[in-house]
Amino acid sequence: MVDLIWLVPALPLGGFIVLIFCGRRIGEPFAGWLATGVMAGSFIATVAVFLDMAGRSAHDRRAVVTLFEWIPAGDLSVDVGFLVDPLSLTMCLFITGVGALIHLYSVGYMHGDAGFPRFFAYLNLFTFAMLMLVLGDNLLLTFLGWEGVGACSYMLISFWFTEPANATAGKKAFVTNRIGDWGFMVAMFATFFTFGSLNYVDVLDASEAGTVAQTTATLIAVMLLVGAVGKSAQFPLYLWLPDAMAGPTPVSALIHAATMVTSGVYLLTRVNPVIADAAGWVPDLIAWLGVGTALFAATIAMAQTDIKKVLAYSTISQLGYMFLAVGSGAYVAAVFHMVTHAFFKALLFLGSGSVIHGMDGDQDMRHYGGLRRFMPVTAGTFVVGWLAIAGVPPFSGFWSKDEILAFAWNKSPALWFVGLLTAVLTAFYMTRLMAMTFSGESRYADERPGEEDGGAAALRADHTPHESPRTMTAPLVVLAGLAMVAGFVQLPFSSSTKWLEHWLEPSLYSNEVHLGIGGGTQFLLAAIAVVGGVVGIGVAVAVYVKARVDRGLFEQAIFADAWRIDRSVARFMGGPGRQGFDATNRFDERVVDGAVFGVADVVRRLAGLGRLFHSGMVRTYASGIGVGAVALITWFLVRSTL
Amino acid sequence: MIAALTTPYVAWWALVPLITFAVAGFLLLTVASLVRRLPAVLAPAWTAVAGLGVLLYLVPMWSRVGRDGADSFLAGTVGVDRSSIFVTGILAVAVIAAALISRDYLPREDLPGVELYVLLLMSAAGGVVMASANDLIVLFLGLEILSIAVYVLAALHLRRIESQEAALKYFLLGAFSSAFLLYGIALVYGATGSTNMVRISAFLAQNVLVDDAMLLAGLGLLLVGLGFKVAVVPFHAWTPDVYQGAPTPVVAWMAAGVKAAGFAALMRVFVLTLGTYVSDWRPAFQVIAAATVLAGAVVAVVQTDVKRMLAYSSIVHAGFILVGLQAATDRGNSSVLAYLAVYAFLTVGSFAVVTVVSGTGDASHGLDAYRGMGRRHPALAGVFTVLLLGQAGIPFTGGFVVKLGVLAAAVDGGAYWLAGVAMLAAAVAAFVYLRLLVAMYLEEVPSGTETSGAVPLGALVVAVASAVIVLVVGLVPGPLLDLARDAVPVLVAG
Amino acid sequence: MSDYLRNWLTLVVFGGVAVLLVGAFLGLGSLVRPSRQTSQKAVVYESGVDPQGDMWSQSNIRYYVFALMFVLFDVEAVFIFPWATRLEVYDVFGLVEMAIFIFILALGLFYAWRKGLLRWI
Repeated sequence: MVDLIWLVPALPLGGFIVLIFCGRRIGEPFAGWLATGVMAGSFIATVAVFLDMAGRSAHDRRAVVTLFEWIPAGDLSVDVGFLVDPLSLTMCLFITGVGALIHLYSVGYMHGDAGFPRFFAYLNLFTFAMLMLVLGDNLLLTFLGWEGVGACSYMLISFWFTEPANATAGKKAFVTNRIGDWGFMVAMFATFFTFGSLNYVDVLDASEAGTVAQTTATLIAVMLLVGAVGKSAQFPLYLWLPDAMAGPTPVSALIHAATMVTSGVYLLTRVNPVIADAAGWVPDLIAWLGVGTALFAATIAMAQTDIKKVLAYSTISQLGYMFLAVGSGAYVAAVFHMVTHAFFKALLFLGSGSVIHGMDGDQDMRHYGGLRRFMPVTAGTFVVGWLAIAGVPPFSGFWSKDEILAFAWNKSPALWFVGLLTAVLTAFYMTRLMAMTFSGESRYADERPGEEDGGAAALRADHTPHESPRTMTAPLVVLAGLAMVAGFVQLPFSSSTKWLEHWLEPSLYSNEVHLGIGGGTQFLLAAIAVVGGVVGIGVAVAVYVKARVDRGLFEQAIFADAWRIDRSVARFMGGPGRQGFDATNRFDERVVDGAVFGVADVVRRLAGLGRLFHSGMVRTYASGIGVGAVALITWFLVRSTL
Repeated sequence: MIAALTTPYVAWWALVPLITFAVAGFLLLTVASLVRRLPAVLAPAWTAVAGLGVLLYLVPMWSRVGRDGADSFLAGTVGVDRSSIFVTGILAVAVIAAALISRDYLPREDLPGVELYVLLLMSAAGGVVMASANDLIVLFLGLEILSIAVYVLAALHLRRIESQEAALKYFLLGAFSSAFLLYGIALVYGATGSTNMVRISAFLAQNVLVDDAMLLAGLGLLLVGLGFKVAVVPFHAWTPDVYQGAPTPVVAWMAAGVKAAGFAALMRVFVLTLGTYVSDWRPAFQVIAAATVLAGAVVAVVQTDVKRMLAYSSIVHAGFILVGLQAATDRGNSSVLAYLAVYAFLTVGSFAVVTVVSGTGDASHGLDAYRGMGRRHPALAGVFTVLLLGQAGIPFTGGFVVKLGVLAAAVDGGAYWLAGVAMLAAAVAAFVYLRLLVAMYLEEVPSGTETSGAVPLGALVVAVASAVIVLVVGLVPGPLLDLARDAVPVLVAG
Repeated sequence: MSDYLRNWLTLVVFGGVAVLLVGAFLGLGSLVRPSRQTSQKAVVYESGVDPQGDMWSQSNIRYYVFALMFVLFDVEAVFIFPWATRLEVYDVFGLVEMAIFIFILALGLFYAWRKGLLRWI
């Protein structure tokens, strides 16, 4: 059955090829059904392989399926092959599973869009690239998938390219990711010249055997971390993810919540022996980076008004948890949270998509309110996602977050405390989102500030929000079910209930840290986390449902402003006096554009200098040759025995 | 009675490619002078057949050199080894491609028909001489035969003032740089007492020069002259102007053929002949390579004219090839040859597409002409996509395989910083190709652009074949890498 | 500094002295002599004839063609003369070589003729 693994990426690739060439002829809705069908087929193939693997003993649960030799020449030999092991299979399971659901959802969501077949072609291509990323048996194939998902995400973010803002957001994502890609490339070269191979099996086994110098392992680990930080939107390369919300919502759910952004975590988990060989500060760095990002993003999420922005910052925050887990040596917990997060965050994103669909494209939560009456299924499933992410037992998020926090405590109580604080904030902002969207009075027909007369409001009053079609609600229901029960694959009660840990064992060598705390402490920590979550929910209810506390207390401008990094940067870079911009705009213009287009700007300015040289005058060119000749001769004469 | 001259040994079998190109050119010129109205298809077909004939002949030649070893003849001034066969093959491919692209280009532009093909064949003959020169003077001869034909080719578009401008600029600067090259040859001759590469390298291997100032100055001047031909910083400035102005099929030849011959010459002169001085010239090569990849990539970003964009991208490629060349190892040489081969396909394919898009008058080179091409010409846009991805060095294209090759050669030689800079430049340059892709697929067709008609066959064949080869090399790079590995350049005494 | 370069030092010294001397004389002259500019003095010297028109005048393209033809035959002569003096030594080989050379040159001329370039329009 393991040999069937090639089917898993081949099916989406086939779907892509068919759709890109005859997509327009197939048309709506069959193009969507075709894409969904191949995803379902891919999922079935994954399950078949999984069942085969699950039946094997631990040391047997790793297979390399080589398709063909790719680069055979010299000492660099790279094959196109798949590494089938518990880690990659776990990834594949939720990529194809959640992917299929999101494809199904998109059939309804993208209804009537001019680019319907193109959208599904890209989605299929993305899934193919993502599967290559996790299945590739060497760093080069992973890198190929890495670049592929980046390119697809770029195309999908700017899918509605007619709006310049969307195209800009796509570019932003692309440029930021190049920094991460650079890290990956350097790591790849360092790996090749250290191990003489790019195959995971060789590299990891050699690394596990302890044949690598600590400095080299540190370099590789840090460079891979740079790559992972870029792809998984951690501080300071998180800037692109909030902007990436410009894409269609299913894209946000698939790429920016469930799959692509977790590939950084996957990569770090995959190379766990290298991290184990690296200097001790590397895991510390990963853990603090993760927990810092988690807290940072959570505070920003508290004050956003765009529903997708809240979820975007929430995703950054949850990814921070996964980095915390990796840094704490809790690889199982990282994968565990990755899986549960894929379920509940995809659910939340799709739910928000359903809301936006029902509100005719409006994403501002201040215009929502009381939507549970209009869209009961969406509201009901959203509640499940909310409870899961807020860490309320027995929903899945509780179990995975609890496990990460336990390991964080094990590493350092300070890490645990910051993680806990983040959990409280998470419960708070998600409750805020729920309250503003689904409860209270309907506000869709209210007059809004800035509108001259009641005409626009009256027009809206005719458009009551509506529940989404069944193709959209069905995936919500399935995902809600999964978000409810996914936690049961890894229950912390005894060794026999830690099913995921046993399953993943062969992929993690023995680098999983042993939890050095007793059951009592663990229970106490979990209890504190639950209380924290309940406090967060309670406060949010008091503020947003009962309106007993002024919401301005929490929606600090500094949060809405994403910590005014812009201002500090502006003060640092350009001095005072440049602060008279609108708060949100400032963030966008100064920090995001500044950081991303700063790079582009430097390039552009350099190019301008370079262009001066290209005046079109032959004499300028000749003088260039002359100056070059003089420089060369000077060099050679300096080298000579004069 | 004066003793009769003993004529030197001539390995006629090794001269067949050169003779084929030259004689095909002369015959074409003769026929064109005699017959007033030639069928339009004759000249391109003739040229392509000549190229194809050379390409086919190279197969037995390759195995013969493999069996008997490299040979040198004409009193040791011309040598034939597998690297020169390899480069000749690239030249033949470029000739075929340029001829096919021109087939539809000339009637469209209403230009007279035969000169382009004649000059193309002459130029190719010069390139072959360069690739198999064993003597600096012969190398210079080949370079001039190649270049003078290309100066005229650049001016061939009679009604485009840019074409004339490009030709004049190229000619003036080319003459300027030729002077440097010639002076360099003179200085090397002064220092070593010979212009024969074999003798120079033997002399340098056996003697230690007390005063090597003259030799090293000559080395610098040689680098100036050859660096101009392959367009590396700071001798690159002509490239964008000339590429922009010259007729597009000619640009395809310039980018693919001239560059291949130039790098073959660089390899023969520096790696083979002056290999003993590698520690002196390598730093210069490294700095030039780094400057070339960076400057090319950075300036390419702000271009709006696609031909200029591709010109700068060709500069980046030249820098990459130099990254492999500076290693001065067998691995470096084979990576350079493989790069040249893949680059030839990438570039002729790309310029074939550019020829089609430019429209009558060879004028539409702005990004506007490419907007919405994904919808108007899906096939052409798809082919162009493959070629651009190949130029960007995306995995599973030939461009990736050869980029990896030169980087590996550089890292192998310990030039980590250079490999780092090259990777950085590749990242910047990717943005350029991406912009074109975005224009093709993600941007609206500007209103008022007429949908162009059918794609001419010749250009289409070149573009599709190039894209297919680039993909095949990307998927199964083994055969090409093996060929390039076997194509070691050697110097053999005559 | 090596001996090799020291030899060149003489040249540098002499060159410097030459530049210095010329500069000194010219500078002295310009210091001593009176300078009274009139428009007549600024006129280009054209062998006693009044200059006409611009300096950037174009000459007819026909002259260019003939200059080119002249170069063609000139180059031919440069190669043919030394060959002719050593005719016996080169024997048949030389004859064939020269035939090829002349053929190529003649081909160029023939082509130019057929193209109508030799007509004085």
